[in-house]
Amino acid sequence: MTTETLAISSEGLTKQFRGQLAVDHIDLAVPRGAVYGFLGPNGSGKTTTIRMLLGLAYPTSGTAELLGVPVPDGAVSVLSRVGSLVEGPAFYPYLSGWDNLARYDSADRSASPKSAAARIGQAMERVGLTAAAKKRYRNYSLGMKQRLAIAAGLLRPRELIILDEPTNGLDPQGTREVRTLVRQIAADGITVFVSSHLLAEVEQVCSHVGVMRAGKLVFQGSLPELRHTGAARITVRTADVAAAAKVFGKLGLVDPAQGEDTITAELGATQPELICAELVHAGVGVRGLSVESPSLEELFVGLTGEGFDVDH
Amino acid sequence: MSTISEAPAAPAATDGGEPAGYVRGNLRFFLNELRLLFFRRRNQLLLAVVVLFPLLIGIGLKLAAPKGQGGGGGGPASGGAAFFNQLAGNGVFLTFIALSLLLILVLPVVMAVISGDSVAGEAGYGTLRYLLTVPAGRTRLLAVKYLAIVVWAVVATFVVAVVALIVGVILFPVGPVTLLSGTTVSLGAGLVRVLFVTLFVCAAMAALGAIGLAISTFTEHAIGAIAAIMILVVASEVVDQIPQFATVAPYLPTHWWNSFDSLLRTPVDTTTLWHGLLSFAVYAAVFCAIAWAKFTSADVTS
Repeated sequence: MTTETLAISSEGLTKQFRGQLAVDHIDLAVPRGAVYGFLGPNGSGKTTTIRMLLGLAYPTSGTAELLGVPVPDGAVSVLSRVGSLVEGPAFYPYLSGWDNLARYDSADRSASPKSAAARIGQAMERVGLTAAAKKRYRNYSLGMKQRLAIAAGLLRPRELIILDEPTNGLDPQGTREVRTLVRQIAADGITVFVSSHLLAEVEQVCSHVGVMRAGKLVFQGSLPELRHTGAARITVRTADVAAAAKVFGKLGLVDPAQGEDTITAELGATQPELICAELVHAGVGVRGLSVESPSLEELFVGLTGEGFDVDH
Repeated sequence: MSTISEAPAAPAATDGGEPAGYVRGNLRFFLNELRLLFFRRRNQLLLAVVVLFPLLIGIGLKLAAPKGQGGGGGGPASGGAAFFNQLAGNGVFLTFIALSLLLILVLPVVMAVISGDSVAGEAGYGTLRYLLTVPAGRTRLLAVKYLAIVVWAVVATFVVAVVALIVGVILFPVGPVTLLSGTTVSLGAGLVRVLFVTLFVCAAMAALGAIGLAISTFTEHAIGAIAAIMILVVASEVVDQIPQFATVAPYLPTHWWNSFDSLLRTPVDTTTLWHGLLSFAVYAAVFCAIAWAKFTSADVTS
């Protein structure tokens, strides 16, 4: 794909902190119009990548482009077309929500001062904060703070929205609100790049995913492509696990695993009917037989490893 | 028809409208920065302190002054001493007394808080990363920050001078001004000298603001930056007092602050004044350059 069709692209993007590779030669390709879920455990380099894309951090090596404009060199020219939320909301606690947005808007040289009040009002309305516009930021709830940060990202018409962990620390209600917002933004044709360590969140809204592990991009593609990478497994419940294992061996099933009264293996190209017939033929009493494709959750854990920060 | 009737209802609300243009866009950001600076409660309290000190000094000196003749009591040593004896004769001198006393600690603190907080405070709140992704532009943001610091220096210094002048005029006699060299000039000419003295102190504080700005770019803890600036000021003032260090004294950032007393003599010792202003200019330029080099090259990790 050319840069014309990519909202975000990078080649060999690398960031090294004191000898440690935080981001290790990643090649991002985020198609325009996509909702791209940037997945990975905490500490896998997602935020550092986003900081480099936004010109906040300088890459050790490699290049990146936002909307076809190289960053960090062209950051100032392209960023007015990009809305972003990086590592949680940050505002002046002693200012009201409205004044906070006015502050950020005033810093944007390409924004029209004439339409500022209308744009701020509209952004606050969009995230449902109109009633709290005059309230001081320090009195906002966490969910309101998060929504104000999204409002800041929507002050101008954007072509790309980058959201770093937008539901971090939110209650289920707040999470749902943010998810709805992401859907609405995407429905307007804006490319959304959303990072998360929660697969469930990404699965519901994203068309594409990139999976990070210890600074490396270990998978990138559409959700169906990710699903395809998982191998289906067959599970047989039987009293005679040992005999069943022999049959599995004869059929050449890969990666068998025995439980107390179950045995599983990768299905591969073998027909489940054939396996059942072979088991019966061998005199193994089959109590139950099922074929399961791995859930995205399992695929995700398979790609990123168990638990958080395990790779550090 | 519907588009026509709707147009006034939502003027340019759905898109950015036309950009503000170079000058207006920068002015808007600068004015917002000033608004943030002067509307913040903490900063208003700082200005209140700056108002309070000349007031207290004036009242204190009035109460301490022996009735009938000059001598405002024993003032501190150094630059302030010469003015104290003149105060009883002319209230205008309260301006010089207040400025020289506040230059020891109060004005440096007021400058340190604002300049130390300028970048470090934004980093601490995390608002720095949002300003940069707006995008404000790093050099532009730094320029706005420093200009606001200069405005703050001018406002704080003039508040001291004006309050001291008013209090001096109310509490002490006013008339032709007898300078430190013994010459007497008209009240008008004396007030012009008050203005120049105040501007000289403004320049000194603006230079200190540049040092503060530079330090502020190295940390995301505003309090650390403020403390570092104050340690620097006090260390410089102490070293300046030690005779053995006389050779380095002219290069200290605080050395020329009190040189404004040259303006209170005839003829005016312009060499000293220019040396002072040159020192301020060099400090401002060097530390603005350091701030720029650091701020435009460092990762924003806050």
